[in-house]
Amino acid sequence: MKHKTPLLDQLESGPWPSFVSDIKREAESRAKNEKGVDFQIPADVCDDILGVLELTYVHKRTHWKHGGIVGVFGYGGGVIGRYCDQPEMFPGVAHFHTIRVNQPGGKYYSTEYLEKICDLWERRGSGITNMHGSTGDIILLGTHTPQLEEVFWELTHDIGQDLGGSGSNLRTTSDCLGKSRCEYACYDTQALCFDLTNEYQDYLHRPAFPYKFKFKFDGCPNCCVASIARSDMSFIGTWKDNIRIDQKAVAAYVAGELKPNAGAHSGRDWGAFDIQKEVIDLCPTNCMAWDGKQLEIFNPECTRCMHCINVMPRALRIGEDTGLSILVGAKAPILDGAQMGSLLVPFIKAEPPYTEIKELIEKLWDYWMEEGKNRERLGELIKRKGFQKLLEAMELKPLPQMVKEPRTNPYIFWKAEEVEGGFDRDIKEYRKYHQR
Amino acid sequence: MPYDPSNPLKDRITDIGPKSYEEFLPPVIKNNFGKWAYHEILEPGVLVHVAESGDKVFTVRVGGARVMSISHIREMCAIADKHCDGYLRFTTRNNVEFMVDDQSKVEPLKQDLLSRKQPGGGFKFPVGGTGAGITNIVHTQGWLHCHTPATDASGVVKAVMDDLFDDFTSMRMPAQVRISLACCLNMCGAVHCSDIAILGYHRKPPMIDAEVIDKVCEIPLAIAACPTAAIKPAKIKKPDGTDAQAVAVNVDRCMFCGNCYTMCPAMPLADADGDGIVIMVGGKVSNRISAPKFSKVVVAFLPNNVPRWPETTDCIRNIVEVYAADAKKYERLGEWAERIGWEKFFEKTGLDFTHHLIDDFRDPAYYTWRQTSQFKFTA
Repeated sequence: MKHKTPLLDQLESGPWPSFVSDIKREAESRAKNEKGVDFQIPADVCDDILGVLELTYVHKRTHWKHGGIVGVFGYGGGVIGRYCDQPEMFPGVAHFHTIRVNQPGGKYYSTEYLEKICDLWERRGSGITNMHGSTGDIILLGTHTPQLEEVFWELTHDIGQDLGGSGSNLRTTSDCLGKSRCEYACYDTQALCFDLTNEYQDYLHRPAFPYKFKFKFDGCPNCCVASIARSDMSFIGTWKDNIRIDQKAVAAYVAGELKPNAGAHSGRDWGAFDIQKEVIDLCPTNCMAWDGKQLEIFNPECTRCMHCINVMPRALRIGEDTGLSILVGAKAPILDGAQMGSLLVPFIKAEPPYTEIKELIEKLWDYWMEEGKNRERLGELIKRKGFQKLLEAMELKPLPQMVKEPRTNPYIFWKAEEVEGGFDRDIKEYRKYHQR
Repeated sequence: MPYDPSNPLKDRITDIGPKSYEEFLPPVIKNNFGKWAYHEILEPGVLVHVAESGDKVFTVRVGGARVMSISHIREMCAIADKHCDGYLRFTTRNNVEFMVDDQSKVEPLKQDLLSRKQPGGGFKFPVGGTGAGITNIVHTQGWLHCHTPATDASGVVKAVMDDLFDDFTSMRMPAQVRISLACCLNMCGAVHCSDIAILGYHRKPPMIDAEVIDKVCEIPLAIAACPTAAIKPAKIKKPDGTDAQAVAVNVDRCMFCGNCYTMCPAMPLADADGDGIVIMVGGKVSNRISAPKFSKVVVAFLPNNVPRWPETTDCIRNIVEVYAADAKKYERLGEWAERIGWEKFFEKTGLDFTHHLIDDFRDPAYYTWRQTSQFKFTA
């Protein structure tokens, strides 16, 4: 190796996959270059990645400089500029820009596709990736400025693949695997994610928003892609009708023939399955009963938390009248503290061409683009202006489902048109009956 | 036809979007799309999904380091070509899933995956990450590639996952435990709703780089970026004696979020001693039984002791063990802490409760103070 890395070398032992060993492997592969690749950035780039990281471990401060505006022609997102603050020591990573590639739904891949990405990134990049970034993209980690257009050209022309989002854009949308391999999916997360991604390409690549905007698609309330916590607009599958019950399978769980929670607890002896303790008593709405023979669910009281279904997936199934709930405004802490998504639409059908959903999205964007301040996330705008303003802009009727409880303060902002006779009054008329 | 730099718009293709997921679905998945009846975890890391048609898909899940070389990806592809007809998928927690359509193909696949080791002895493809266990830590870039981190990401995750490895490959927990890492408060990693969150944090206010601040910063943007209004305009002397438009930081109001640095590169705040890790616990995103919850700060600071962050690994191991011993079946970490009460959480874990853990940030603070005489005594 080009640089000594005594600190990082200590991260090569232990059972978990070592990223240090992996980067060293790539460094060796590039040094050998058995396939005779015509490297377009320095062949020793991976040595320099480890070198700069080792120096960081010594200084305990990052050696990556602040930002830098780079990108591909006509796009305002998808590429993130990055420069090293010790370019003389580590010329291979003097520029080290990130390219975000819009991952396919459910993160399924053919090896043929992945090999093409690898070939491209071997020749024109560092050979190091993130599979995947926090928002979901394939992250191609590190290339030099002259390669950006070349990479984009090959991605689009040779691989048929577009970039993801960065900056004040619609960010790359992401979904759970949905109906492809999950019996809980209440709508086709992949189809909706793919449709909206294509519909809103312009917003994905050209910054038109006050700040970032994220869509995430969860097929059920288990929320495997965490849409409720980290997307400005989250789509969470749900259903309106009754949970389907297979009483025979319930009996099989009770008799110990089927493992509860799909076998998730098999690493320890929790004793025999106790339907009363593990299902009935844990139901948050107490809407279930077990008389020793029959399981009953009083569905109008059910809030579809998924617990009973998760515990007995072979006996209980989501209903058949399925759709999704829309929650808005989730974000991580900066600036005002973390926000969870708030329920805006309790239930909406999710069937192509998704016209109703698109109308809601566009109304929401109109409101945020009109009222939002620079770098103000939707959740912060909703907090600043109030949920009622959002409902007004969305032309939605207030519903008790939108709140946990009604307000505890009576400081109601009545509008003139809501009060008989309006706000305009005559002080002279008033004074006729009231001395100063 | 390659790119022609002299004519960048010629034959340009844009806005084609991602590849359709339909191209990448293994046949058994495609044939049973939307028709899955149930699933089971056969053993840690091995799932079976059964379709209404009776078709089955067996999944072997392996952990990944998120930072992956193309050599590593090519090795995955070779495994998928050999065992899985050339398909694989990734999970949102940076695991990789290899799928086969017949149970007889599972064991050879598993053995192949487990036989592949790195030179230091680590597994390239450790099998696990399912059910009531600890799955892969989702994390951010850290020192490897980001300009604002207060800690590393990949290194901390490697150290913590080495320590928790047995719980990646087993399912002895009361419920799943989701650990996440974000290397600064910007929280690209969205750790704010995790059972255990590792958060990089700065503890010193920004410095002012007088030499360049008037050239590289939009001063009003830096001022507007501060959530506590700790930044105001000020004139300062540059090293060459001339006056420059700059800012002053009211240090008492700074909570070290780094948002000013994001807007103004002349206000760096990273520091070897100042930076470190905050531990938060009890968050979740699932609606199961109880509503989604935010993570709560239980340790205000742990140092960046490279390369293995022993204080962080010990702290997490301790929380995991106390939770595993004390919580009821199905109870997530936050649900357990709420049931026993947070005062008991500190007693049982032995974590020190300090003034840093009492919220003092705007309205949310008030909602975390106790407004009842109902509490539990602790030793």
